[in-house]
Amino acid sequence: MTLVLEKRSAHSIVLVFTSPILAITITVVIGGIIFTGLGLDPITSLYIYFVEPVTTLWSIEELIVKATPLVLIGVGLSVCYTANVWNIGAEGQLTMGALAGSAVPVFFTTWQSPAALIAMLVLGAVGGALYGAIPAALKNRFGANEILTSLMLVYVAQLLLDWLVRGPWRDPQGYNFPQSVPFEGWQVLPFIGEGRVHIGVVFAIIAAIVLFVLMRKSLWGFKVRVIGSAPRAGGFAGFAEKRVVWFCFLLSGALAGLAGICEVAGPGGQLQPSISPGYGFTAIIVAFLGRLNPIGVIFAGILLAISYLGGEAAQVELGISDKTAQVFQGMLLFFILACDTLIHYRIRFVPSGPMTRRA
Amino acid sequence: MEQVDADSSPIDGTENASEFLLEARNIVKVFGPLRANDNVTLTLKSGEIHALLGENGAGKSTLVKIIYGALQPTSGSLLWNGAPVRIANPAAARAMGISMVFQHFSLFDALTVTENIALALPGNRNMTVLADSIATVSREYGLPLRPDALIADLSVGERQRIEIVRCLLQEPRLLIMDEPTAVLTPQEADRLFITLKRLAAEGCGILYISHRLDEVKRICHEATILRHGKFVSTVKPQEETATSLARLMVGGEVAVVKSGETAKSGPPLLELIDLTLPTDDPFGVTLKNIDLRVRSGEIVAIAGVAGNGQSEMFDAISGETLGNEKGAIKLAGEACGKENITERRHRNVAFVSEERLGHGAVPNFSLSENIVLTHHATGDGVVRKGLINRSAATEVIGRVTKVFDVRKNTADPEARSLSGGNLQKFVVGREIALKPKVLVINQPTWGVDAGAAARIRQALIDLARGGSAVLMISQDLEEIYEIADRIAVISRGELSPAYPADEISLERIGLLMAGTQDELGDNGELARLG
Repeated sequence: MTLVLEKRSAHSIVLVFTSPILAITITVVIGGIIFTGLGLDPITSLYIYFVEPVTTLWSIEELIVKATPLVLIGVGLSVCYTANVWNIGAEGQLTMGALAGSAVPVFFTTWQSPAALIAMLVLGAVGGALYGAIPAALKNRFGANEILTSLMLVYVAQLLLDWLVRGPWRDPQGYNFPQSVPFEGWQVLPFIGEGRVHIGVVFAIIAAIVLFVLMRKSLWGFKVRVIGSAPRAGGFAGFAEKRVVWFCFLLSGALAGLAGICEVAGPGGQLQPSISPGYGFTAIIVAFLGRLNPIGVIFAGILLAISYLGGEAAQVELGISDKTAQVFQGMLLFFILACDTLIHYRIRFVPSGPMTRRA
Repeated sequence: MEQVDADSSPIDGTENASEFLLEARNIVKVFGPLRANDNVTLTLKSGEIHALLGENGAGKSTLVKIIYGALQPTSGSLLWNGAPVRIANPAAARAMGISMVFQHFSLFDALTVTENIALALPGNRNMTVLADSIATVSREYGLPLRPDALIADLSVGERQRIEIVRCLLQEPRLLIMDEPTAVLTPQEADRLFITLKRLAAEGCGILYISHRLDEVKRICHEATILRHGKFVSTVKPQEETATSLARLMVGGEVAVVKSGETAKSGPPLLELIDLTLPTDDPFGVTLKNIDLRVRSGEIVAIAGVAGNGQSEMFDAISGETLGNEKGAIKLAGEACGKENITERRHRNVAFVSEERLGHGAVPNFSLSENIVLTHHATGDGVVRKGLINRSAATEVIGRVTKVFDVRKNTADPEARSLSGGNLQKFVVGREIALKPKVLVINQPTWGVDAGAAARIRQALIDLARGGSAVLMISQDLEEIYEIADRIAVISRGELSPAYPADEISLERIGLLMAGTQDELGDNGELARLG
């Protein structure tokens, strides 16, 4: 008995949508097995991990807070990956956006007007975009692999943040803690409702809708999709691949930067050595789980936000490491990529091996 | 597990048990809903050159893959020297003495002839001994080949010789050749026929796949004809005419292309003036001092063996590769050598590239999206204010489908789900729908069945007679003679003058295709080897 992957004549629309569900199912099953291996009751553990986070109003608000940066970054990455441009460094662009935007409260603490907040958001987006421009320039000019350059720039950005909050940008009244001045007044994002949900969620939804329309209806979105699917056909159509690379990095960098400044001016309230639990990396999974479709990314962002909350809950209630969140995220990405094979291939069982036998 | 059972080996007792070397009986191969082979029978004797004829999609490749062990039949049986065998994979087929020369060679450009052959042969071999045997075999069979030559330096004909020599080194009992002359000059083809006849005389069976009926009539003893996966008949080609063979293949009369009145030469619409374009690609071809004028109302064809600068020339004219000389390319009298492909399309020039999937069309995009690919800058309403108008694109599909009879299973399928011929009709129709003043088309009917080819050629003639200039790059000399008004030949990046089609002989074209230097080179090799 052999398994054979057979190419389908056309891709399966059904599996484009069912592949994520299949991947989630496999992840949950394997997760249950892991919990059992840890000596826990799998049903209770999975309930605590995946269901409890969505049972109270507080946790639903927290879910939205965590989903906001994931969606903001994820929609930008979905455009990149559609174009076959592999921006893996959103975490770095998030950090640089947060730093650029935070220059306002750090240097102009007394500037209290709506313009200050707008300046922070614009600087955040610009900072992220400029940081994204580095791998784009290296790729277009020298052919440097953007996966490596964008990823390595993450660590540069994180070290810069670390240095700034421990050094020049440290709050003089902060008892030597590595953090900036607390942001106040018009230098903090408006909150929606009682909890920590902030205006960033509106940006995320607007970004998703705008990019959905851009990708589906506009010539620019068409260019991005052609370059991603068949670069030579893109050349034949007269689309410049380099411009698409610029567009993708500037766009996804700006959105990651915006997510960064929204984190520090929203739930964070100040700069700290760590401003993100890896949103920029998790957003890669969000983009794929959302089928590289900006609307799909909204749902995928919510699901991945659950994995963060579930990780925290598992730590508190089950006494296991919060690294389980990363295990679940990793498994999910692994299975989603594996299941996506089925979109273009079907599995067939061949009754016998490749042995030569008499007829 | 590439072992063959002892009794399927050609060397032992079953020898001469049957008058046939190979019998394929009632072969059926089903792919999903498609019956690629539907009860096909083929028998072949030692020393026989047996043609396998059929249009694209008739099931020739499927049958050959079954014989070569690359596919297993759904039902039916194979007999080798009269004994039933199951050929599990190509390695088993080679061990039995079945060799195949593919249409597309898989050779490493940066390695030598000997190194490439060593990679393809089983086991470890002493390179010096192998080089000697390559020299011996190539000398004996009139296939001049230098064992230490780099593949990158060789012509396509020479590359094919490598594949043939590789097969001969394994001492085949049955040699399968898949459209071997598609890539050869007429002279190279003649040389190949001599080799094939000699092999047959030595008792080797040859299964010869081709759609060139004159060749089949010339060298084949038997011909098996397939149509839509079904066995039609086995005939003696010498007793048939090209027309009767074509009728058997198509199952009806083939449309005859009508050229109408001869071209009235209008003003030149496409001019290449001393076009020189170096290549960055180490295996690419540099274009040298190309001069050509294509006038309104005429079809000019560029003949040549693949890889002599055709694709570089197409890219230079389309603007996918930009040169430095503004005046080297003129469209309707205006210099536009530094304009990109979109700006050239604005001048009402259309292009059909050689590669349909991945260059001329995006495989996983729907046909309407593939309309947008080349219509987005032409002002026919497919894109308005940066937004795509799907209904306008669908409307274009409707027109193309109707005029060119594009067969598709849904209204707007993915490009890759269309068969080669249908997709070619679509990409040609897509450009003709723009009513271009100048059309540049590379290999218009490559891999397309006779019916579709006739339709495409007719469309090119109609376009030219309507006052457009058509430049056609083709390897198919029959096609060129059928529709071209003037013929130029490209060889190693240099273009001959364009001669009126009724004044230049096939032999002359063949010599121009080979380039005089090539002939000298081959003779030199022969002298050295001999």
